[in-house]
Amino acid sequence: MEWFIQLAVAAIASGTPLLFATLGGILNERSGIIQLGAEGIMLMGAVTACMTYLHTGSFIASLLAVAGVGAALGLLHAFMCVTLRTNQVVSGLAMTLFGSGLSAYLGKSVAGTPIPGSVPKLDLPFLEPLPVIGDIFARLDVLTWFSFALVIVLHLLIHRTSWGLHLRAIGDNPATADVMGIRVQLLKYGYTVAGSMLIGLAGADLLLAYSPTWIEGMTAGRGWIAVALIIFARWNPLRALFCAYFFGVMDTIGFKIQLIGSSIPSYFLKMIPYVVTILVLMYLGWRNRNKPTGAPEALGIPYIREQRF
Amino acid sequence: MAETYSLEMKRIVKRFGSVLASDHVDFACKPGEIHALLGENGAGKSTIMCMLSGVYRPTSGEIYIHGQKVRIRSPKEAARLGIGMVFQNFRLVQTLTAAENIVLGEKSAFWRGPNWMRRKQEEIAAIAERFGLAFPVDRPIWQLSVGEQQRVEIVKTLYRGAEFIILDEPTSVLTPGEAEQLFATLAQMKAEGKTVILTTHKLKEVMAVADRISVMRKGRMMQTIDRADTNEKALARLMVGKDIAPVARQRDRRPRGDVLLDVRHLDVYAEHGRKALDDLSFQVRAGEIVGVAGVAGNGQKELAEVLSGLLPWKKGSIVFNGKEFKTASVRAAIEAGISHVPENRMKSGLAGSLGAVDNLLAKTYRSPERSKYGFLLTGSNRRWSQQLVERFDVKTPSLDTPVGQLSGGNQQKLLLAREIDRQPLLMVAVHPTQGLDVGAAEGVHRLLNELRGASKSVLLISEDLDEIMQLSDRILVLYNGRIAAEIGREEADRETIGMYMAGLQRAKEEAV
Repeated sequence: MEWFIQLAVAAIASGTPLLFATLGGILNERSGIIQLGAEGIMLMGAVTACMTYLHTGSFIASLLAVAGVGAALGLLHAFMCVTLRTNQVVSGLAMTLFGSGLSAYLGKSVAGTPIPGSVPKLDLPFLEPLPVIGDIFARLDVLTWFSFALVIVLHLLIHRTSWGLHLRAIGDNPATADVMGIRVQLLKYGYTVAGSMLIGLAGADLLLAYSPTWIEGMTAGRGWIAVALIIFARWNPLRALFCAYFFGVMDTIGFKIQLIGSSIPSYFLKMIPYVVTILVLMYLGWRNRNKPTGAPEALGIPYIREQRF
Repeated sequence: MAETYSLEMKRIVKRFGSVLASDHVDFACKPGEIHALLGENGAGKSTIMCMLSGVYRPTSGEIYIHGQKVRIRSPKEAARLGIGMVFQNFRLVQTLTAAENIVLGEKSAFWRGPNWMRRKQEEIAAIAERFGLAFPVDRPIWQLSVGEQQRVEIVKTLYRGAEFIILDEPTSVLTPGEAEQLFATLAQMKAEGKTVILTTHKLKEVMAVADRISVMRKGRMMQTIDRADTNEKALARLMVGKDIAPVARQRDRRPRGDVLLDVRHLDVYAEHGRKALDDLSFQVRAGEIVGVAGVAGNGQKELAEVLSGLLPWKKGSIVFNGKEFKTASVRAAIEAGISHVPENRMKSGLAGSLGAVDNLLAKTYRSPERSKYGFLLTGSNRRWSQQLVERFDVKTPSLDTPVGQLSGGNQQKLLLAREIDRQPLLMVAVHPTQGLDVGAAEGVHRLLNELRGASKSVLLISEDLDEIMQLSDRILVLYNGRIAAEIGREEADRETIGMYMAGLQRAKEEAV
């Protein structure tokens, strides 16, 4: 049982940043805006968290700063995609390149400096006596608990509220939503900003909880994995949870084999999660080939109201 | 009586760029009536209705509801004023259920759990039942039939408490049985005091359901009449216009050439297995312009696509210039000498982001004059393009300006330059002057006449009867994928053609 608990704890730690990023991306893309800037926004989130924490020593202040930076980047993306109607793929790639470059520049002074302290833990002593569950859940940090809550909140929001109905409508058929009196462009802005804030938070979680030292490019493609996970999860928050932890497990396994000291070159081990991602994507694509993908139908298509025919 | 009209539109003008879609239109409805807005495609019916429902804003003019002047700036405001519209292309979110679509615009209730949803579903089902509009409320839209989707749309307007219910071409997507049901529903709505406005181009329906009828033509309101005071014939005449202007010009009477195109017993199926062409047979001879008239959706599009190799056929034969086409192949059609001016020039005629040179090359780049060993001859191609642009009077800032930036007229001239320079034997021209101003349209007509003069043939498919009557040597009227009539230019008059277009007369077996 020991190995299972270790694996679960490690997988949750590794999967949580991905979960935040995937949830943010889902929120973003449900409104019809493609989010390929995740990698850049995560990096900006991580570097912001690092600098703010080293400067103020406050966990809350770090998160607020990250939320601000995420919102600003989301606003920029929304401005480009909604108002200027630029190509959303290009805008997303630009966000990634911009975020990678800027975070590397800003982080120069703090690179390699470990963060003193860490994310506050939410200890639940009453869980301690339980076997397995106690070992896994009794000592998680607040961000992890927040991510659990977020999965449920987003799931209910999307499927059980009027806001969610509006969100699904603008992503699938903005013209219809408009005729029904929904403020399409405003909501697209809102969800892009909110989604980018969560993606920024993913970067902060990666830095504060998972690997507490800023290194240039430390996300190592996790933003891109999140983009893939959105598709795996078919834009559904509950499935996002499983997808993120699945990747976490793969990540951990690769890491563990490396520790055992096998003769496989570490480069190959680091590839494991990505290779598995490709394989799972192929499998799911094959299995669901006759089902709707779940993708918002108007994803990536700018909406203009008075367009003749 | 306090008010005669519950809804009034006065001197409404709407322009799209240089196109005048509504030209000082007056329109008024009485409370609790079924009012039909009749007109050919492109007459401006939908534009008027879109302005009522807040999708378009009028360029000028006034709208009154219950005598109160209103401005309808958005669909939301239209809904608040009690105007609900059922669009021709339904405004439904495919992934949501019928009930979710109906409550989409509702403001109340943030939390929409299973209980709330069930309550709403019952409410919606009750409304649906009252008006005889059954559909499964809890199924996603993509699983519903087109007729059911329309019912969802109608219930949506009723659920939102609309007083004015506008239906844009409601029967165009329905089977005759479903249409009957719809008319019963409309009568029920009327009985409950709703005002129903429907646009259509089907005369029979108008006479069957409407209390009053407004006829539009070419963006203008022709007349509003009580049904009791009119008949189908009079309406058809109003709809297509009287025989006025273009007096049949004296035509050089020449013996007709040999048969160039011989189509026999052609059956073609469009998407969703709809039979688009039904046992269609006709011939085109060298040196004649054959006009194909008909209301949109009676097989014109498919006819053009079959001839240009875009659409396969099920049965029948196409013999062109003595050779039979075996399968649908665009390249075979091009090489045999068929030119195609497509309905939507920017979709399937030109590549908007490319310049004039590349667009002109699109069909001839394989020829030895244009390329050698697989490389394009850039210099001579530019000179050739320059000549074409000058000869066809295409106004473009440079040969490299993306053609998407040119005006519609210049795009069309460029397209015709490409198609005519290939020296085609047959030109299939679909709505060649659609969206063009008078001058540009005249230029296009001149080019088509020149082709005829050079003993080439033109199959002119158009919804503009004036255009067809002015240019054609013979006119075929398509109705339901069949040729309803073949009329020589001397015998052609708008009224007769209009009757055939509306399916009011069946073809007499004419010997060709």
